[in-house]
Amino acid sequence: MRLSFISRLGLRGITVIGLAFLYVPLIVVVVLSFNGADSTLWPPRGSTLDWWRQAWDTEAPKNAFVESVKIAVFATAIALILGTLAAFAMARFKFFGKSTISYLMVLPIALPGIVTAVALKNTFVRNIDLGFIEFKVGFGVHSVIIAHSTFCIVVTYNNVVARLRRMSPNLLEASADLGAHGFRTFWSVTFPLVRSAIVAGAILAFALSFDEIVVTSFTAGPGVETLPQWILNSFGRSRGVPVTNVMATVVMALSIPLAWLAQRLSDSPGSVTTR
Amino acid sequence: MALAVTDLEHPTPRTAGTPVRVSRFFRRHRRLSMLTTLGAPVAWMLLVYIGSLVILISAAFFELDSNSKPTTDFTTENVSKALTTGSFLWTVVRSVGIAVAVTAVCFAIALPMAFYIAKIAKPRWRRSLIVAVLLPLWAGYLVKAYAWKSILTPDAGARAAHPGGGFLEAIIGWTPGYGRVAVVLTLAYLWLPYMVLPIYSGLERLPASYLDAAGDLGARPFRTFRSVIMPILIPSIAAGSIFTFSLSLGDYITPNIVGGKEQLIGNLIAKLQEQNSALSAALTLWPIAIIIVYLIGMGRLRAFENV
Repeated sequence: MRLSFISRLGLRGITVIGLAFLYVPLIVVVVLSFNGADSTLWPPRGSTLDWWRQAWDTEAPKNAFVESVKIAVFATAIALILGTLAAFAMARFKFFGKSTISYLMVLPIALPGIVTAVALKNTFVRNIDLGFIEFKVGFGVHSVIIAHSTFCIVVTYNNVVARLRRMSPNLLEASADLGAHGFRTFWSVTFPLVRSAIVAGAILAFALSFDEIVVTSFTAGPGVETLPQWILNSFGRSRGVPVTNVMATVVMALSIPLAWLAQRLSDSPGSVTTR
Repeated sequence: MALAVTDLEHPTPRTAGTPVRVSRFFRRHRRLSMLTTLGAPVAWMLLVYIGSLVILISAAFFELDSNSKPTTDFTTENVSKALTTGSFLWTVVRSVGIAVAVTAVCFAIALPMAFYIAKIAKPRWRRSLIVAVLLPLWAGYLVKAYAWKSILTPDAGARAAHPGGGFLEAIIGWTPGYGRVAVVLTLAYLWLPYMVLPIYSGLERLPASYLDAAGDLGARPFRTFRSVIMPILIPSIAAGSIFTFSLSLGDYITPNIVGGKEQLIGNLIAKLQEQNSALSAALTLWPIAIIIVYLIGMGRLRAFENV
């Protein structure tokens, strides 16, 4: 298709505007973290490092950061095991109800977060009687981990299943023909091929859990405060907003290299958004 | 099929070690090996997730006692209230309207961007450009929502303690302030990459020869776009719209932050959780039903085949 110079220029213009639309708000946050005044007005009045010093000296955001990392690590571990197992089963076996299960896996991200949140909250608050065992999940750090694992499974599952589907079955046959038993084939053929997809899935699951706010606020126990919860609470306060901008800047500075890594490891840029 | 390869130096051992015996066992018992891989994840999803949804929906059908604790008395009162009350219906309509508006805004920006990146930009720039579009997804939801809150700050007037407005007011002299427009703008900002990406992948797969062929047959760019590009892109657009639509539909944090007085279905569900959990549960039937209908519709447009 031959486009005129004008339409090419127009498309390029829209792309530049679109990228500006994506980045200007982030730059504004970073600049406002050095704002001389305690406000969100533009332009900033003077500059100061006070907010950075204050963020460094305050315990709450650091504790919240550690809490978020802890929850994300556990949720990622569970999601990694369950998602990878499911991916192998779905790629390897044919069975009745297979398409239902593939819908089941993506349901937690297709339904709005608020539905997942109130559903889990309503369940965790109850005494659950399964006949042979009666228990109550309750609220604490563990309930957040259970909730996060549930929607993180999708991400690890999607990444691994996409790689397995692309893998040629000939490789497994060749390995068997060369006399390798199941474990040997897995260890020397399958695993090296899916390793990077597993790592990419883990990074994405970690990021998803680290950033989650809706399900977290409904399933966290009273003493639990994750970083997003801290950000939500501290923006609600009228003073000290620049400290929150500092934490936001820190989160961006840490997550962007991770994003870049996940991008390198996954098959297509698409894998980054399969949340 | 299996070639008989005879490796004389490393013959397959007849007396095998544990790993070999275990893997032989699983090869012979396929059903058992399927159960060990699929069992745990499916059990988790059924028990934790589907179980919770069932409990949530059934909670809508039981009365609450005077301490707003659920009882075992069956009632359809909450559900009929959730489905017929005028103010709830109006909230549902507004929420769907906002989700549609967000999807439309994202589409309008994403299509030209994706087209430029996939078909006009120099090939060595493509990957960097698409990564540049995706990176903001990682900046954190709240960070971005609050970024928009500060950008959209309206001018408080000369008599206020801090006169002047946020970034938008200072740069272009206008801001929509906090309200419905701000919610659409912020949500479109949050979910734009989810729309650009599938359209980009769709265009990337579209062979350049199709466009040349259309041109050779005398089609002007607009005709090529309408008759060649759009029909091929429909599954990609449908896939992108699933993200923009369903992520916008239930969102209640963004309306809380930049929405001013605007309350959407998510806000209603969240707020009623404390006061009347049964009614809140009944209200979740709205987003559940809308999303299921939407997913089926998009499935018809083959949205799930290429993502």
